[in-house]
Amino acid sequence: MLDTTKDTPVQAETLLEVNNIEVIYNHVILVLKGVSLRVPKGGITALLGGNGAGKTTTLKAVSNLLRSERGEVTKGSVSYRGERVQDLDPAELVKRGVIQVMEGRHCFEHLTVEENLMTGAYTRSDRSEVAADLDMVYEYFPRLKERRRSQAGYTSGGEQQMVAIGRALMSRPETILLDEPSMGLAPQLVEQIFGIVKSLNEDQGYTFLLAEQNTNVALRFAHYGYILESGRVVMDGPAKDLRENPDVKEFYLGMSDEGRKSFRDVRSYRRRKRWLS
Amino acid sequence: MPDTLIFGMEVFLNGLMAGVLYALVALGFVLIYKASGIFNYSQGVLALFAALTLVGIMDGQVPFSHMINAVFGTDIHHFGWQVPAVFAILLTMVVMVVLAWAVQRLIFRHLIGQEPIILFMATIGLAYFLEGLGDIIWGSDIKKLDVGLPQGINASIDELTYQWFGYGFFIDNLDIWATAIAVILVAVLVAFSQYTKQGRAMRAVADDHQAALSVGISLNFIWIMVWSVAGFVALVAGIMWGTKSGVQFSLSLIALKALPVLMLGGFTSIPGAIVGGLIIGVGEKLFEFLVGPLVGGATENWFAYVLALIFLVFRPQGLFGEKIIERV
Repeated sequence: MLDTTKDTPVQAETLLEVNNIEVIYNHVILVLKGVSLRVPKGGITALLGGNGAGKTTTLKAVSNLLRSERGEVTKGSVSYRGERVQDLDPAELVKRGVIQVMEGRHCFEHLTVEENLMTGAYTRSDRSEVAADLDMVYEYFPRLKERRRSQAGYTSGGEQQMVAIGRALMSRPETILLDEPSMGLAPQLVEQIFGIVKSLNEDQGYTFLLAEQNTNVALRFAHYGYILESGRVVMDGPAKDLRENPDVKEFYLGMSDEGRKSFRDVRSYRRRKRWLS
Repeated sequence: MPDTLIFGMEVFLNGLMAGVLYALVALGFVLIYKASGIFNYSQGVLALFAALTLVGIMDGQVPFSHMINAVFGTDIHHFGWQVPAVFAILLTMVVMVVLAWAVQRLIFRHLIGQEPIILFMATIGLAYFLEGLGDIIWGSDIKKLDVGLPQGINASIDELTYQWFGYGFFIDNLDIWATAIAVILVAVLVAFSQYTKQGRAMRAVADDHQAALSVGISLNFIWIMVWSVAGFVALVAGIMWGTKSGVQFSLSLIALKALPVLMLGGFTSIPGAIVGGLIIGVGEKLFEFLVGPLVGGATENWFAYVLALIFLVFRPQGLFGEKIIERV
């Protein structure tokens, strides 16, 4: 399933298309103000931005988990493989191959690691293949096999992130929406998790849409990136180009040509930060 | 052997069996609380409603007969047939599943993501609604329920204990049956939640609604299932209590006895509900037997609640309650 087009993913078939969506929580709070993005098959697409930029909301708008939080897509459209999917149940979306790994891992604490993984296969009925997929997950995360009988609530943060990703894999998805996998993890673990994501992408052909605050790591592993700021996409481009972009370098990667900035420049920083408005 | 000890043993055994009946009611609470975080105030009324429906079907009562008679001036009460108990129980179960679906569809679907207190208040409303609905459909008179369970003193135990102690224990056959049925019920419930796919999904939903949604578990389906199971447990409790003391409004008050059981056993533990029920049952009977005479009796009315209060102070999660897993 090796995807040879992954270096130029823009030319690949578009799996997921988000078209100018607006999201409102509780009928009053406008969180997304027209976000558009395309996720090509076989690529890792990164959604970058600071706290409250709307990354999580965008992912939830796609996976339809918004409704349980009283959020609503009021404008625009979300389509998967060209079909409109925004009124479907999350379960229906999982059956079509789109699954979200939520921010903060959200393991089922009182279930064992293996039971957690098995819940991922809830929508499937092909028993023998589920067993094969479980072996596959254990192959990618050998640590989980050691801890398969422990309650997930008592495993470490890194292990829980592995459980969350493994659980999503058990649904045999096509596209995985991965929300903030680096959250609360040591840098070494972050590298390890991203390494696994990359090999899942390259060996198994999974498509990823990745929301991440850690711009540095995300841009190293992703093919394409979108930068969100207060509910809008302010910049997008191939990951390589974004890494070289001086504004991205300064505001997201913490590098600057002039060295450390003094406090006096803070005002111009704020002005320059709003690229599009 | 001193007389007090022998009497005490009889009291102890009777306490155990009363405890089983408390546990049956508590089980219904635990199931719903575990799976949806809703403290279901209406569990007791659910048992009443189930028992009323069962009696109504068995006796071939015409539903809404009072209303029909009032509107059309007719005088109908019964269809004039008797339905066999097994068949009536199955029909009642169907009614309870439909009720579960209606509760989910009409109430809790609209309250997803609301505060626990709001869900709790919804169940209070549901309790009063069901109480009224039961009255309107089946009438409010006290009914006798007899599904064929043996009642009265168990002769062989009486005889055996007479041979041993020179004093025959009074153990009610119904209590023995209730115990056996409760044990089977719990075994089935535990097996279901531990070893089946839907049981696993149920526990997953109990842990994290959002995550369950994200892996494609339908909360709606799981909650209907849980309310159906709770309805089934309520039916079993309703049959036991209804056979013992008649089907009437006060049946719904057994829910109040289940509260201390829950505080002892923990709101989230099925075994906890059982052990809690047994402790309360034995405790209140023994306390009445030993201490009752010193304080003028009637301790059974408050013993359970005082015990629950003590537990609330020293061990708020109960004996078997899930420890809240918190990582630092």
